Amino acid sequence: MKRIAARFILYFILISIGYAYLYPLLYMFTTSFMTVEDLVNPTVSWIPSKMTLENFKKSWNVLEASKTLLNSVYLSAIPSILQTLVTALIAYGLSRFKFPLKRLWLFLILATFLIPTQVTIVTKYMLFSRLGIIGNPLVSFLPALTGQGIRSSIFILLYYNFFNMLPKAFDEAAELDGANSFQIFYRIFLPLSIPAIITTFIFSLVWYWNETLLTGMLLGNEIKTLPIALRDFAAKFALMFPAADGSAANRINEGIRMAATIITILPLLITYLVLQRQFVESLERTGITGE
Amino acid sequence: MKLSKKTRKALAGYLYISPWIIGFVIFTAYPFFYSLYLSFFNLDFTVFGINSTFVGLKHYIYAFRTDASFPIQFWDTIIDIVLSTPLILVFSLIAAILLNNKLKARAFFRLLYFLPVVIISGPVISELVINNAAQIVDPRKYFIYNFFSVLPNTISYPFIYMLNHLVLILWFSGVQIILLLAGLQKINAGIYEAAKIDGANNWIIFWKITLPLIKPFLLVAAIYTIVDLASFANNPVNISITQRMFDIDKPYSYSAALSWIYFFSVMILIGVAFLLLRPREEKI
Repeated sequence: MKRIAARFILYFILISIGYAYLYPLLYMFTTSFMTVEDLVNPTVSWIPSKMTLENFKKSWNVLEASKTLLNSVYLSAIPSILQTLVTALIAYGLSRFKFPLKRLWLFLILATFLIPTQVTIVTKYMLFSRLGIIGNPLVSFLPALTGQGIRSSIFILLYYNFFNMLPKAFDEAAELDGANSFQIFYRIFLPLSIPAIITTFIFSLVWYWNETLLTGMLLGNEIKTLPIALRDFAAKFALMFPAADGSAANRINEGIRMAATIITILPLLITYLVLQRQFVESLERTGITGE
Repeated sequence: MKLSKKTRKALAGYLYISPWIIGFVIFTAYPFFYSLYLSFFNLDFTVFGINSTFVGLKHYIYAFRTDASFPIQFWDTIIDIVLSTPLILVFSLIAAILLNNKLKARAFFRLLYFLPVVIISGPVISELVINNAAQIVDPRKYFIYNFFSVLPNTISYPFIYMLNHLVLILWFSGVQIILLLAGLQKINAGIYEAAKIDGANNWIIFWKITLPLIKPFLLVAAIYTIVDLASFANNPVNISITQRMFDIDKPYSYSAALSWIYFFSVMILIGVAFLLLRPREEKI
C-alpha cells in the first residue's frame, strides 16, 4: 500500500513538472492558430474557435524564413561538423600522446570555458573587421576549425574522457600491424566513438543554431539567421505592416509572435524528436562529466 | 635524421593539438588580453591608423560613478545569477533523483525534460516572456505570494523571484539534469543496499550517501549554470556591452572595461561555488 502511494506521488510530481515544461509549447501552438477575435475573446483560452494559418503566413514573410532558414541551416551545420571533427582530433592527441606541457594545455582548455562570450566580443569584432570578414560566414567557421567554437572545451573533454576509456591494447595492436597514428584515429577511434560523435554533433548544432549574441554582432545585417530574425521581429513587423491606419488586422499580436517563435524552433524540435534517443542516452554513457 | 621514438610521439601529439593552440592564440588569448588592454586606453581612429592613449581606470570609474544605467543592469544580472543558480541546482537534483527511479515512461519524461536544451535561445525566451507564456500561473493570485510581498523586500525578494521565474528555472535545467543523472547512475547500488540493511531510511540515505557522492557533479553543474547564465544573450550586461561598442567618444574601450568588470564578478561567483562545493579531504 505504502509503495503504491509512493509511486503515485512520484508520477504525480513528474507529470506536474512535465506540464510546466510543456505549457509554453502548448501555449505557443494553440495561440499561433488563433484569429484576432479569439485572442481578445476571454472565453477562448486554449482551443481556437476557428483555426487560421494567417499568423504563420505573415510571420513567415516577416522572418523572411525562406532565406533565414537556409542561413540558419548552413551556419549551424558547417561549424558543427568542423567542431565535431576537430575537437575529436585534439582530444585524440591529448589522450594518446605524452608531450611536454600537456597539463598546461588541458588546464587552458578548461579555462577557456569560463570566459564569457562578451569578454572577447569587442576585440573579436575588431580582429575580424581588420581581416575584412565581418558579415562573412568565416567569422563562425574559422574559430570552429581551430577548436574555438561554441563550448568546444566541453566537447574536447567529452572525447578525452571517452578515448581514455578505450583500451591502449587497440592502438598497440594496430601499430604492430603498421598503422600510423592518423590511421589508428580514423580506422579505430572514430568508428568506436559514434555515441560521442553524435552527442557532440547534436549539441554543437543546437548551440550554433541558437547563438545570437556573437553571430548577431559579427555577421551584422548581411546574413540573418532565424533566431536573429526573431529577435528583430517586432521592429520588422511594424515596418512591413504599418498600423497607422488603425486597423486591427495589421497590428502585431500574440498569435503572430507565437507563430514566428514556432517557425524558429520547429526545425530543432523535429531534429530532437528524431534523434532524442541518441541525444539523451549517449550523453549519459559517454561520460561528459568526467571521473 | 632519425628522432627517438619518444620525441616523435611528442611531436605527433603536438601536431594533433596544434589547431587548438593556433586557434587559442588568435581567437581566444589575443582578443582576451587585448580587451583588457583596451579597457585602460582610449582609441582614436585617424587616417594614419589607430592612436591609443592611456587613461588608466577612467572607464571603470565612469561605469559606476557616471553611467546612469550600467550599475543597475550590472546588479540585476549578478543578482539574477546568484538567485537562479542554487534554484536551478536544487531543481535539477530533484528532477535527476526522480528520473533515476525505475519508471514506466522514463524515456518519455526524459524527452520532455531535455526539450528546452534544444529550443532555448535569447529571442525565444524573450518572446515567451513578452507573451506571458513563461508564466504558468499568475503567482499574484495566491496567498503565499501576497504573504511574501508584505514582508520586507530583502527577505521576500528571493521567494518572489522564484515564484516569478519558475518556468525559466525549469528551462535552464536541462543539461544540469543530464549531468546529475549521469552522476547518480555511477553510484554503486550496493551502497544503498548496505545502508538499508543497517536501517537507514531514504532521508538519511540522501544526506549521508547520495549528496556527498553527487557533490563533484553538483560543482560541475554549478559552474556550467553560472557560465551559461552569464553568457546568455538576453542578460542586461551583454546587451549594454554590445550597445556601447560604437560609442562615439569612447569606441570599443568602454565596452571592453564593462566586459572586464563583468568577467571579474562572474569569476568571483564561480570561486564561491567552488568553495561551497569543493571536494573535501576525507575525514576519518
